[in-house]
Amino acid sequence: MVRSQTGLELRMILRNGEQLLLTVVIPVLVLTVFSGIEVMNLGTRHERIDFLAPGVLALAVLSTAFTGLAIGTGFERRYGALKRLGATPLPRWALLVSKALAVLMVEVLQTALICAVAFALGWGPHGSFVAVAVLMLAGTAAFSALGLLMAGTLRAEATLAAANLCYLLFLVSGGIAVPLDRFPDGARPVLEALPAGALSEGLREVLRGGSALSLTHVAVLVAWAAVAGVLTAYTFRWE
Amino acid sequence: MCLRRFSQHQCDVIRRTWQTHPPLQVRILALRTLAGMSATAVEVVDLVKRYGDKTAVDGLCLTVERGSITAVLGPNGAGKTTTLETCEGYRRPDAGSVRVLGLDPWADSAALRPRVGVMLQSGGVYPGVRAIEVLRHVASLHAHPVPVDALVERLGLGASGRTPYRRLSGGQQQRLSLAMAVVGRPEIVFLDEPTAGLDPQARRATWELVGDLKTDGVTVVLTTHYMDEAEKLADSVAVVDHGRVIAVGSPRELTARGASGTIRFTATAGLDIGSLAAELPAGTQVRETIPGHYLVTGGVDPRLLASVTAWCADRQVMPEDLAVDRRTLEDVFIELTGHELRT
Repeated sequence: MVRSQTGLELRMILRNGEQLLLTVVIPVLVLTVFSGIEVMNLGTRHERIDFLAPGVLALAVLSTAFTGLAIGTGFERRYGALKRLGATPLPRWALLVSKALAVLMVEVLQTALICAVAFALGWGPHGSFVAVAVLMLAGTAAFSALGLLMAGTLRAEATLAAANLCYLLFLVSGGIAVPLDRFPDGARPVLEALPAGALSEGLREVLRGGSALSLTHVAVLVAWAAVAGVLTAYTFRWE
Repeated sequence: MCLRRFSQHQCDVIRRTWQTHPPLQVRILALRTLAGMSATAVEVVDLVKRYGDKTAVDGLCLTVERGSITAVLGPNGAGKTTTLETCEGYRRPDAGSVRVLGLDPWADSAALRPRVGVMLQSGGVYPGVRAIEVLRHVASLHAHPVPVDALVERLGLGASGRTPYRRLSGGQQQRLSLAMAVVGRPEIVFLDEPTAGLDPQARRATWELVGDLKTDGVTVVLTTHYMDEAEKLADSVAVVDHGRVIAVGSPRELTARGASGTIRFTATAGLDIGSLAAELPAGTQVRETIPGHYLVTGGVDPRLLASVTAWCADRQVMPEDLAVDRRTLEDVFIELTGHELRT
């Protein structure tokens, strides 16, 4: 059952042409354009790539686990697809697991693409693959929970607008393309406590600095996942 | 194409018996098992459901026999969909009880969902999914689904198999919804307005499928505001208005109740029906249902017809569209509620 539902979810995600802009086109553009042009005063070409690549990986997670999932689920709710699934033998937990698996599979594809582009641009990552995987999983959990929270409570159109807006805001203030130290001192801890900031800074520490996995960042992400998850369990409306 | 199966428990019992007893006793056991199952598929007792200030269902009682087709007939806003959704496990009753196949659809939904087929009033499918994709998917969620290709052919969806849902016509979308409801070989199906908006051909195909469901022993509960559908398909009709069942019985019982036959005609509005009623024998009723449309019910015979036309002649009124009919469910509805079925 989970396999069949995951296949369906995956096909629905991949068939959605509009989401392709956010999940593939913008991340690759950010990576190529901002590394090619000296916009942020980040240093040499290599320094720029080393700064941007982890951020863009975080952006990929954000685009699929949060924006894509929220909008997709919001419209499934609107069109009664979730309601109809509720009449089938598929249990709720199986539906959520299928969605999570589909999201992870798309993220794997995105990561492969982004890494390929980054390597082509001269990226030299450090650090452990496991640490990166843990961070991305934690980030996926946090963003998925937030995305489902939004999709389950707001109208589909409101979810569409809000999810896209958050994508944009995080793109600017989530440590993805703009270094967090450019923001005022008071703002920095706040931005790092948000899931996008936590994920991108966490990835950057590992991939650029080669340091060990920062448990603080993972903890922040897990906390977001837990709180949003509990809220979603109570507030999610299936129709 | 057999659309029904025994429940898991029944299969287990029969299988065990087959292994330990000779075939004749298995047959007896199978019959006993079938007889021992509750005869009622759905039992709704004093159901009350409110949405804020509005009481959608107000003490509704309904009993559906196994293997029968029951039509819930009523105008929009009567509470049909709410009742159906409570039986399907989507809503929790504010008061009263609902039992489907002996189980509570809200509390025991996990046990009930493999045995129940649902057709929503509209929607229910991902817009971008292909017709045959979603049908295969729903089939895969059940243990013993109907072969998908046969079902697709049966409902005339063969050509549109690979079309995305949002590009299907309304009729095709509805037929797909129906296919999704029956593909899992349920014991009972709930169909919410299954032929609304369908062309006559598609309606007939749907009615045929519903008839086949009954032949295979599947219980069917459908809501409709088409009288011809209720009269043609249903073994039992429950007439619902303002959240309550106001009449229940077979179509024949309901239309035969009381007077037999009707005379209807159209003429100028506001005729003095009091004087017409005075000239007709006792027990006949004359009513102006909508301005200009008149309905005479009662012991309709040639003499009564002559009296009506004579009265019209006396007043120089031409009764147009004069028709002598058997009472229809619509007439029953008007009599019971005082207003038309179609609002």
